[in-house]
Amino acid sequence: MADFTPVPALLGGLLVGAGASVLLLGIGRIAGICGIASGLLDAPRDPDRGWRATFLAGLLLAGLAGNAWLPGAFPAPSAPLPVLLVAGVLVGVGTRLANGCTSGHGVCGIGRGSVRSLAATCTFIAAGMLTVWIARQVRV
Amino acid sequence: MTLAPRLVGLVSGLLFGAGLVLSGMTRPDKVIGFLDLTGDWDPSLAFVMVGAIGVFAFAAWAARRQTRPVWAPSFQWPTRKDIDARLLLGSALFGLGWGLAGYCPGPAPTAPGPEYRTGRPDAVRPGLSSCVGS
Repeated sequence: MADFTPVPALLGGLLVGAGASVLLLGIGRIAGICGIASGLLDAPRDPDRGWRATFLAGLLLAGLAGNAWLPGAFPAPSAPLPVLLVAGVLVGVGTRLANGCTSGHGVCGIGRGSVRSLAATCTFIAAGMLTVWIARQVRV
Repeated sequence: MTLAPRLVGLVSGLLFGAGLVLSGMTRPDKVIGFLDLTGDWDPSLAFVMVGAIGVFAFAAWAARRQTRPVWAPSFQWPTRKDIDARLLLGSALFGLGWGLAGYCPGPAPTAPGPEYRTGRPDAVRPGLSSCVGS
C-alpha cells in the first residue's frame, strides 16, 4: 500500500457528506454531480438553475483553492489523450443511463438506504476494478 | 426568495469540493489505486465513502423527521427502487470509463489544475464535459 492516506480520506469524506447534507436539509435536494450538471444543460430555464449553477461554482472554487494551497492535488492526467476522451464519453453515457454516479448513488443513495443505489455502486466499482486489472494485463 | 437556495448550493458545493480535494479524490492515481485490488491497493477511497455516507445517513435520518427543508417547500427524494438493465449497464459503462482514466464526474469539474499546467483543456474534464454533453 504505497499511498494509503486514511486520515485525510476520512476527513475529506466527512466534508463531502457535510456538503451533501447541507443541500438536503437546506433545500431538500440530492447532491448528485452528474444530475446537477446535466440538469443545468437540459433545463436551462428551470427554476432549479440557480442552485445548480452555484453548487458547481462552489466545486470549482474549492478546486481552485486546493490547487493553490495543496500542491499535488491536481496532477496532470497520466492516461493518454485518446484514452481520456473515450473514458469521458463512457463516464458520461454510463452515468446518464444509470441516473447517477459516485456522488448520487455512492454517497447519497447508499446514505439514505437505497438498494438500487447500492446495486449501482457495487456494479461500477466492480467494473472499475475489472478495467484496471485488464489494463494491467495488457500493459505488462 | 431565490437567494437562499443559491447560497445553499454554493456552500454545499464548496464543502463537497473541499472534501474531494482534501481526500485526494481529485487525483486519478488515488482512484486507480483503489480500483487496483490485485496490485498496489490503496483503500483510501473506501474511507472517503465511509465518512461521506456516515454523515449523509445521519442527515437523511434527520430529514425524514422534518416536514420540509429549511429553504424549500418539500424534500425531493428519489422515488425509483427498481434495479433494471439500464441501471446496471450504465453503471458498468461508468465503471469502465472510471477505471480507464481515474476521473468520475465529481472531481472532474473540481479539477482546473492540469489544464493550466499542460495547456490541454480538453484533457481535463472528461467527466463533466461528456456528462453534460451526452
